Amino acid sequence: MACFLVSAAEAIAASVAARALEKKEKAHEDANVQSDGGAVKIPFSRKLKWLRNMLWGGSFLLAFEHVWHGEVVPWFPFLTAAGDPADAAEMLHEMATVGVTMAVLVTLVWLGMVGVSVLIEKRADKPLPAEE
Amino acid sequence: MTLLTTVFAAIICTIIWYKNAPKDEMKVGILCWMFWGASIMWLVDAIFEYAELKEEYFSPAPADMLNDLFLGLSVVALGLIIWLIILLIKDPKGVVKTALLKKKG
Repeated sequence: MACFLVSAAEAIAASVAARALEKKEKAHEDANVQSDGGAVKIPFSRKLKWLRNMLWGGSFLLAFEHVWHGEVVPWFPFLTAAGDPADAAEMLHEMATVGVTMAVLVTLVWLGMVGVSVLIEKRADKPLPAEE
Repeated sequence: MTLLTTVFAAIICTIIWYKNAPKDEMKVGILCWMFWGASIMWLVDAIFEYAELKEEYFSPAPADMLNDLFLGLSVVALGLIIWLIILLIKDPKGVVKTALLKKKG
């Protein structure tokens, strides 16, 4: 009904955080991928943008699905379920269950990606074994 | 069907991205994020639907399946349109800029 709104709200928060972090990193001259003796570090703002892109992309395409099913309309109150109190309660329940699970799963996948990228960075940090 | 269509789109885009990595002149990465994000969200939707319908979930009516396929293809088309707009605006290869300047000259 409106489950995509939860992910869209998280996408807004992630966008704001990514922008603020990027400014901070630029101020510290850390915005670009830095090389320090072969070590590679990906700025956290860039990692946050992965989450932002997934959330925006997903919620936009899901919003289209809701338009397709007539659950989102271009006139007020935009959500057909919002017009009726019983439907509104059902919509809020769906947002609290399906919507929150969607946002949590996308965030978990992103955390997994961040974990893998940290491991790759650490491996790149390690000096290569000397050849015999 | 919508989930399946989006997952296939995400896989194809990821393969194309990987083939050209680390270069991403065509900004295929945008499509990967978009389709993977939507796939994860539809997966959750499918899990909730399965919890409700149980085995009936795997035997949808042909009309519903066709509608879902149309929706999936429309979603892929919309994703491609968004990607194309971003590509033309960002113009990483400078093609649009060159074409416009050429016309002016």
